[in-house]
Amino acid sequence: MRIPYYPGCTLSTKAKGFDRAARDSMAALGIELAELKMWNCCGATFPLSRDNLLDLAGPVRNLVSAATESDKLAVACSTCFNVLKRSNLVMRNEEDKREKINFFIEAEYAGEVEVLHLLEILRDVVGWDNLSKAVKKNLSDLSVAPYYGCMFLRPPKEMGFDDHENPQILENFLRALGAQVADYPHRAECCGNYIAAFDLETTKEMSYLILASARKAGADLIVTSCPLCQFNLDRWQQDLAMKHGGFRPIPVLYDTQLLGIALGLDATAFDLDKHYVDPRPLLAAKGLI
Amino acid sequence: MAEDKAPITRVLIIGAGIAGIQAALDIANSGYEVVLVDKEPSIGGRMLQLSETFPTLDCAQCILTPRTVEAGHHERIRLMTFSEVTAITGEIGHFTATVQRKPASVNWDVCTGCGLCQEKCPTKVASPFDRGMGKRKAIYTLSPQAVPNKPVIDRDACTWFTRGKCRLCEKVCPVHAIDYEQQATTTEVEVGAIIIATGYNLYALENLGEYGYGQIPDVVDGLAFERLLSASGPTAGKVRRPSDGKEPKQVVFIQCAGSRAPETAMPYCSKICCMYTAKHAMLYKHRVHDGTAYVFYIDVRAAGKRYEEFYHRATEEDCVLYIRGKVARVFREGDQVIVWGADTLSGASVEIAADMVVLAPAMVPHPETRRLAEMLGIPTNPYGFLLPLDDNVLPVETTRPGVFLAGAVTSPKDIPETVAQASAAAAKVLSLFAQWSGVPQAMETPVGAEAS
Amino acid sequence: MRIQLSAAKVHNDFIRKVEEMSGQDLLKCYQCGECSAGCPAAFAMDLLPNQVIRLLQLGEHEAVLQSKTIWLCAACQQCYTRCPKGVDLSRIMEVVRDLLMTERGDKIVIEKLPAETLAEFPQQAFISGFRKYTA
Repeated sequence: MRIPYYPGCTLSTKAKGFDRAARDSMAALGIELAELKMWNCCGATFPLSRDNLLDLAGPVRNLVSAATESDKLAVACSTCFNVLKRSNLVMRNEEDKREKINFFIEAEYAGEVEVLHLLEILRDVVGWDNLSKAVKKNLSDLSVAPYYGCMFLRPPKEMGFDDHENPQILENFLRALGAQVADYPHRAECCGNYIAAFDLETTKEMSYLILASARKAGADLIVTSCPLCQFNLDRWQQDLAMKHGGFRPIPVLYDTQLLGIALGLDATAFDLDKHYVDPRPLLAAKGLI
Repeated sequence: MAEDKAPITRVLIIGAGIAGIQAALDIANSGYEVVLVDKEPSIGGRMLQLSETFPTLDCAQCILTPRTVEAGHHERIRLMTFSEVTAITGEIGHFTATVQRKPASVNWDVCTGCGLCQEKCPTKVASPFDRGMGKRKAIYTLSPQAVPNKPVIDRDACTWFTRGKCRLCEKVCPVHAIDYEQQATTTEVEVGAIIIATGYNLYALENLGEYGYGQIPDVVDGLAFERLLSASGPTAGKVRRPSDGKEPKQVVFIQCAGSRAPETAMPYCSKICCMYTAKHAMLYKHRVHDGTAYVFYIDVRAAGKRYEEFYHRATEEDCVLYIRGKVARVFREGDQVIVWGADTLSGASVEIAADMVVLAPAMVPHPETRRLAEMLGIPTNPYGFLLPLDDNVLPVETTRPGVFLAGAVTSPKDIPETVAQASAAAAKVLSLFAQWSGVPQAMETPVGAEAS
Repeated sequence: MRIQLSAAKVHNDFIRKVEEMSGQDLLKCYQCGECSAGCPAAFAMDLLPNQVIRLLQLGEHEAVLQSKTIWLCAACQQCYTRCPKGVDLSRIMEVVRDLLMTERGDKIVIEKLPAETLAEFPQQAFISGFRKYTA
């Protein structure tokens, strides 16, 4: 099965491991993620000012490109997913914006494409049972904290495919892989997002809340599906360990990296060595790499 | 269609809570017959679940029991409990109501209410009456003072019905009143007027995922806390938290859980929660002297007689800390329940490590009320509350002549208002019955004529 | 010093622009505080989110423009998700930032970002950062 795929700019550069793991894993499950022939940056944030149509034109161009190939578009990065899905809803539901944007980018798009997160595809196209059957490594000794972040679930009226206060899709994914799920309360709290560019100290503390909570719940590692979440959670742990005595750094993996490892794929191309908190000792100790 | 038969001076009252009972007594004491139907095995409604009432802190049972007993023994009141109205035909003066009584599996004509069956029954299930705070037996009465004091078998819980085992109650009953073969029975009742007083239910708090209700055992609703406070409740009036039975030292009360929220839940204010939360906080402090009670509120609505003074008693005498801000999240950390709120008055976001959280849910109508409304052709509002003819000046009449409303079935209200509406509905019925029985002759001498 | 309230002040041009550009009715907010209670960045803010809305309701936009709060909104949508009246605060924050930057310049200067930051941060941090912090 072939689904057009939108990698986004970060997966094409700083988060190549995330992208490679996504493609390899889905291929192993029988799904070819076919990169869109033409795509541009989604904008990394959904424009919130009502008259900001120009910032919507960017993501919509990707949807128009996808529409030439299929009625589905697969996305790995939660932030790209959020921007594309919300932009898609504007094109579906808001007539005057649709007309203006179509006029500007010279298209006739009305929201025909279905924007799908890889986790949705795993749940609905592959199925958790089939995923379980394809798992080759034993993850039963690994306790994983699922981190949703914000972009995946909110606003629920637009993103809504899971209970935004008590989501289960990542938990189900982890259980299908055979891992233990660490139950901690801050799995949908914001990591700080782009505030890192303006007030790093605040971002660090926002990330710390999540990290400390995951550790307290006995997690060995955290999984996420957004490169900025991964960065914010991964990058500052040394500083945080110095500031908050007793905090033990915890590796942060992409969901697709863990997926690829569980499926027994070659993880050397997944850029595990580029993480700030090195996940390799833990994964090796658990016999996973 | 003109009826040549005389209109019937008998009333059907659907719902035997305080509203139904009050109306029943008013009408029966005026000399007319009443048929009083309730879906529970015994009468008393929500008030039966209360510990004390605001603002007086009167014991709810002490006010209610004289009325339930009077209604239970009244020669002109026919109690039909464990029953539901399944059809109504006819019109004012001549309604025919079909009342279906669920099988109690106990022959009430023979049963003496000795309670032995309940004592010996080996099966315990979570008690809906206690809002999950305690258990009851598969054969049960709602309370020791139940009227009628006759038990019913919960066929979904009883092991004879579910697995074909036991029959212990049959063995111990001294008068052989147990009847597992008992069927539902249907009775038709002819009445001239109807009063609907089916009361209220509570909003499904599972819908508000941020509060953790249903996930965190120590997050309970106000009615559950009421059961904990009640001397005849599952903990004999001791405040204990569900998870480990310990006495909570920090209790957080959260107002407006599901009310005043057009986007996320019910848009209306449920009226009674500010007052019962103040009551709960005060009663908690009376029981747990070294405990701390916090109330998160948006506004304190204390509009009834002596309500404002009651609220001040809570804050000043019982030192309940009121924090103006709506709670965003409740989550578990170890054996504590963490509450994230805000104090909008001082401009601070606030965190409390509580032992227990009590939510004040929105009041909603019972789901069965919609069926009754359809049966009678009475309009409801979008939330299922029955609509009177005019909220301001015709609060108990409906679009259907001869059918009246009383109590929380029309909108959230407290006990004083409910009792007043019940008597109002009774008065409307009595006015009809008086006319049908032959109105007293017009006065020969108008009042005050001698003076001129 | 008392705040002088009047019709002209309360619904002034700036406030009108904020409402128009955000598509939000400021008067819908009844200051319940749930947004502030759940905001993940509130601990670092000078004004709480509900206070920002309150000041705008009073026409006191200057205090909002000088706050750190509007720059700490990560548009995480937690407030809007939980608001009982459906007020989308992140839209209001964005519009206030945009109006301020259009008038008074960018919040971050790209040329002044440290070299390590530029080397390390993922692309999306720059793109969204520039979108939010420059006009």
